[in-house]
Amino acid sequence: MIPLSYYLTVGAILFGISMAGIFINRKNIIILLMCIELMLLAVNINFIAFSHYMGDIAGQVFVFFILTVAAAEAAIGLAILVVLFRNKRTINVDDLDTLKG
Amino acid sequence: MSFEQILFYLFSTILVLGATAVVTVRNPVHAAMFLVLCFVTTSALWLLLEAEFLAITLVLVYVGAVMVLFLFVVMMLDINIARMRDGFARYLPVGIVVAGVAIGTIVMAIWQTNFGHSDPVARGADYSNTRELGEQLYTTYVYPFELASVVLLVAIVAAIALTLRSRAGTRYQKIEEQVVVKKADRLRIVQVEAEERK
Repeated sequence: MIPLSYYLTVGAILFGISMAGIFINRKNIIILLMCIELMLLAVNINFIAFSHYMGDIAGQVFVFFILTVAAAEAAIGLAILVVLFRNKRTINVDDLDTLKG
Repeated sequence: MSFEQILFYLFSTILVLGATAVVTVRNPVHAAMFLVLCFVTTSALWLLLEAEFLAITLVLVYVGAVMVLFLFVVMMLDINIARMRDGFARYLPVGIVVAGVAIGTIVMAIWQTNFGHSDPVARGADYSNTRELGEQLYTTYVYPFELASVVLLVAIVAAIALTLRSRAGTRYQKIEEQVVVKKADRLRIVQVEAEERK
């Protein structure tokens, strides 16, 4: 019998790792997108763990919707990336300064 | 230690190591492969939590579709990896500190909270997770479900509209001109004088 807090801890560690990943890979948009996917995965682990231990199927329904939105987000993000690379020949974050930010 | 616990610790360890590899490896292709590993081990964890439908969906949709898309884009783009790694060592301490603080606070909150749940009852062999999820999706959550399909449609249209380009000099059909064409536009009847064979 595994307690609920063990699963939540796994989710927290996964979330922390992906947060660190966003900091240390700030030049590489592809890795940034992967880190966002990892964060969503950590949240989904929490949802399913609560759903199991509270005996409420609604948590799994929410995970279903999160998966849907995350897939749409990945598809559009990668499409933007392809267009960006086609126009500027680079996807380095430092070179994307058209807006003078 | 029960078999369930052994599986939990095994898959959790692989998941954490895989996630660490995703954010630290040099090659984006390898990062994508480690992300696939993370998804598969997470799917195993969800199986332990008796969420069979979502576990299989994660493997089919994420490993089968999203990660293939990722790999496709990573391999299609010509990326200068060396320049991407600039500042990796400089931001590593910041990243570790931020991750440590985040994990520390969340774990402290988790371990000091009483969630007030009772132990989950083991389901019988005739229990179908897919059936129960489907009943909820098609009754209580039917409008969000329809909205999710609209979101996917918007994503398809947006992705195609973003990446579609029309090159100059490409030959293609003009359907509207094809369907309004008249017989007189295309067909010309000529009278050919009959000749005698020599």
